Parts: sequence; C-alpha cells; structure tokens
Amino acid sequence: MFEATNLNRRNHQIQWLFKVLFGMMTLILIVPVALILGVLVAKGGPAISMEFLFSMPRNGLTEGGILPALIGTMWLVGVALLASVPVGIAAAIYLSEYAPDNWLTRGINLAIINLAGVPSIVHALFGVGAFVVFAGFGASILAASLTLAVMTLPVVIVATRESLQAVPMAFREACWNMGATRWQTIRIVVLPNSVSGILTGIILEVSRTAGETAPIMFTGAAMFLPFLPQGVLDQTMALSMHLFVISNSIPGMSEEFKYGTALVLISLVLLMNALSISFRVYLRGKKKW
Amino acid sequence: MWRVDLADRSRAELAIQVQKLSLWYGNFQALFEVDLDVKRGSITALIGPSGCGKSTLLRSVNRINERLGSYVRATGSVHVLGHNVLGEDVELARLRRQVGMVFQRPNPLPLSVRDNVLFGHRLHRADEKFSKSQEDEIMEAALRQVLLWDEVKDDLGQRAIGLSLEAQQKLCIARLLPVKPAVILMDEPTSALDPQATEALEHLIWELRGDYTILIVTHNMAQARRASEETAFMLLGRVVEHRRTDALFLTPRKQETADYIEGRYG
Ligand SMILES: Nc1ncnc2c1ncn2[C@@H]1O[C@H](COP(=O)(O)OP(=O)(O)O)[C@@H](O)[C@H]1O
Ligand SMILES: [Mg+2]
Repeated sequence: MFEATNLNRRNHQIQWLFKVLFGMMTLILIVPVALILGVLVAKGGPAISMEFLFSMPRNGLTEGGILPALIGTMWLVGVALLASVPVGIAAAIYLSEYAPDNWLTRGINLAIINLAGVPSIVHALFGVGAFVVFAGFGASILAASLTLAVMTLPVVIVATRESLQAVPMAFREACWNMGATRWQTIRIVVLPNSVSGILTGIILEVSRTAGETAPIMFTGAAMFLPFLPQGVLDQTMALSMHLFVISNSIPGMSEEFKYGTALVLISLVLLMNALSISFRVYLRGKKKW
Repeated sequence: MWRVDLADRSRAELAIQVQKLSLWYGNFQALFEVDLDVKRGSITALIGPSGCGKSTLLRSVNRINERLGSYVRATGSVHVLGHNVLGEDVELARLRRQVGMVFQRPNPLPLSVRDNVLFGHRLHRADEKFSKSQEDEIMEAALRQVLLWDEVKDDLGQRAIGLSLEAQQKLCIARLLPVKPAVILMDEPTSALDPQATEALEHLIWELRGDYTILIVTHNMAQARRASEETAFMLLGRVVEHRRTDALFLTPRKQETADYIEGRYG
C-alpha cells in the first residue's frame, strides 16, 4: 500500500538532481578561495619571518621587511574605524529607532544603499578634494582614513540597522508601555540585544577596507617612507599600496616577497574576522532571548 | 438594585471615568461617545464580540494607541484619578506608571527575571537610591504577590523568555506592582494560556482586587462571571450595558446583551 509509485520515484530523482546541482555550485564557490589561500601560503609562506614582519624595507624595497606598511595599514584602519563607527551607529539608530516612516526616511535609506555601490576610485577623488585640499589635511593618515571612513559609512549604517531591526518590535512596545522613553528603550533593550550583530557586522565590513588601494593612493599612502608614522598628519605606507607597488613598479622583485606581502594582508583581514566572530559567539552567550 | 446604582454615581470613588469618548482610525470610527465609570479597587470586565472596540477603549486609558501617530484621533475625555489623561500636558511616562498594562501574549523583556520585575521601578524611581537588598525586598514582594516567588526564587538571573507562558504572564503583572499603579489594564490576559494556567491567573487577578483597579477585556464569558465585580458589554463601538456582573448576566436589560450572553453572536 505504501510502495513508491513512478511519480514518487521521479520526484526523488528530481530532488536528488537539485541537491547535487546546488552542491556543485557551492563547490565552485569554495574552490577559488581555497586555491588562492593555498597558493599564497605555498609561495608566500617561506618569505614570512621575524625580519620580514618587523624590519624596514631596504635596497629599493627588494630586501628587508614590511614593517612600515603593516603598521601603516593598522593606523589607516584604526583611524577609519574611530571615525566611521560612532557616526554610522548614531545615524543607524536615528534612522531605525527615531525617524518617522515617511518618504524622506525611505529616500535617505535608499541613498545610503546606493552610496555603498559607489566605486572606490570615486571616493578617492572625493577624499582628495574634501580632506587633502579643502580641509587642508594634506596627504596624510587623517585624510586617507577619513576617505576610507566615508566609503565604509554606508555599510556600517546598513549592518547596524539590520542588527537593530532584528530585535523584535514587541520588546520595544513592552518597554514603551512601561513608560520608558525611546532612549531608555534603546539603551536597556535594543542595544544590548543587537550589539553583537552591530560589532561583528562592522568589523567584517571594515576589515575589507584594509585591502583598499584606490582611496588611500592619492590621500595619504606613500610608495616608500624610511620611517614609521608618528601621528595622523604623517603620510604612511600601507600593505595594499605596498603590494601594488612591488607587483608593478619594481624590477627584479622576488616572487616570494610579493606573495608574502599578500599573505600578511589576507591574514590580517582573516584575523579581524576571526576576532569578530569569536566576539559574536561570546556576546550571544549572554543574550537573554 | 437602586442602591447599587446610587453608589455608581459617587464620583470620588472613580478610578477611571470615560466621557463621550469617540475614536477614529483614519476614517474608520471605532468608538462612539463611550461613557464608562470604573470604581476604585474594583475589577471590571469588558465583554463583547471581537472587533467591537474593547482593546481600543482599553488602550485609550494609557494612550498607547498614539503609537500609530496622527492616524488615530480621539474626542471626549478619559479621567484617571480625576485627571484628564487626553490633555496636552500629560507626561506619558507618569501616566503609564499609574496605568499598567498586561497583554494577550505575555511580553516579558529580554532580561533576567530580576531585571524584569525591577524594570519599571528603576525607570520611574531612578532619582532615588536603592540598595541591592532594598531592591531584593521589592522584587520578592512583587513575585510573592503574583504567586511566582517559589517557582523562580532559586534562579532569579534566568532569562524571563525561558519561563512557561503562565509564569511569563504572572511576571508581566509582577513588574507593574513595584511602582504601585492605580489601574491595571488587561487585554485578554489568559487567551494564550491553557485552562489550568488560566485558572491560576484568574485566581491571581481576583486576589489583586482592592489594592488595584483592574479593567480586563475578555471574550470568555465564564471568566467575566467568575473574575469580575462589574461588567460592561460593548457592541459596535458603544457600551450597551454596564452593571454589576451578577445582575448583567442574570437579568440583562438590553436585548443585545441577552443575545450575546446566550451566545447568539460569535
Ligand atoms: N490600527 C488600526 N487601524 C485600523 N482599524 C483598527 C485598528 N485597530 C483596530 N481597528 C478596528 O477597530 C475596531 C475595534 O478594534 P479592537 O478595539 O481591536 O476590537 P476588540 O478588541 O473588541 O476585538 C475593529 O473594527 C478593528 O478592525
Ligand atoms: Mg482586542
């Protein structure tokens, strides 16, 4: 009575087909990533040493290490975070918790999403005009980081807003009905329950700026500087820029150095992602719903 | 019977006095010149078919309809303890301290049991200093009053969302108590609960009478009969009949009331 009919069998075949198809797509997705990592580790791994990481470049960048580029990238990402995170979170809180749902708010939200799609070279030109020239910061870490910050602001806002909106409306209403103000509700209920999502979202997005080259190329990153940056008004080297330079413009550059630099850059990004994910796991454990 | 009616007119004893309250959602009129007096310390049930405006009336007392913005308009007045709460200069935080609300679905906050109970207290008395032991006393008293203390006392740090629905709903009542509200509004507070939990909640609500004025919406007529002193029957945005519960159920004066309590509307 319960034996499979032809129809059942055909359904099972179709279902199997789709499972295999989707599985293959996933494989196609993973293979290039694995290949890139594999090649980087294989070809760049031997370059990695204490000297490579912690000494100044010598002999027209072909010898020595990448210390100023490594330090410079940390400066750039750090200052960019300091600028974009408070502004982005505040704007997202306003848009999601305070702004009335009208055409203006919807327009602003749409503009933010579109802003995230603006090519980074356009941000670079904006950065030159606004921060290097108009604000008078010159080519400096400050100008480059602010350019990066402007570029990442939309994604910070979107990531934050999504985390805020993942907090059920019923919690907010329960709070308001007890007589809490909007801000009390945000502080006591909304933020504690979205902070893990906000922070990880932001770190994930912002870590990608470590790899950006165009926005910093004209605003503060230098090909070679024989010293480490001392403050935000100095120029700096940066890993992404360094990689670009040694890959294109230096004759007789060893392959090992190029791959080694790329490996350090990608490890830095992965490290930040790993940090943010463990942070998320930690915070989720403390969540009360 | 006339004695009861005479007592009804004694204004000083009213916790809530609704007068000529009309309310519109956009162009749709949900309440038509509603009058309703609720005596201090009593339990009053609001009954009527679904969509007749019970929740709307209830929500006008603590003004949570206003969340919907200018889409909701009201005329008339709602006095709580003699003060019109529909006035311009009413501070909603203070109104909601005096008028607590319990909803259909238990809605504890995503905090610990302890923080839930003390939430309103901390909100409304933030300018006073309370030691941890004072807070503990306040919390214990509230949890005892809703008959929840024994169930949660061993783990007050647990997530409130993890409790049973019955316990969650009791907790939602408990968190109102520390700020001593004059009025507690309840909108079908047992409709998400099983019969046993419903009975426990009814028992609890009955125990609270006297200390608090309770206005409770229910579509369960047995519940209205068991757990209220007065009952108001609403139909299509109007209060049709409002009397002592036993009188309303035994000798309804209006045909519509009789039809409803005999189950002739859904
Ligand atoms: N937000 C709203 N927008 C428009 N109409 C509403 C809204 N809330 C309630 N109503 C309408 O108002 C009437 C009364 O609703 P309600 O007070 O919820 O009734 P009850 O609680 O008695 O079931 C219903 O006809 C309902 O459709
Ligand atoms: Mg209702």
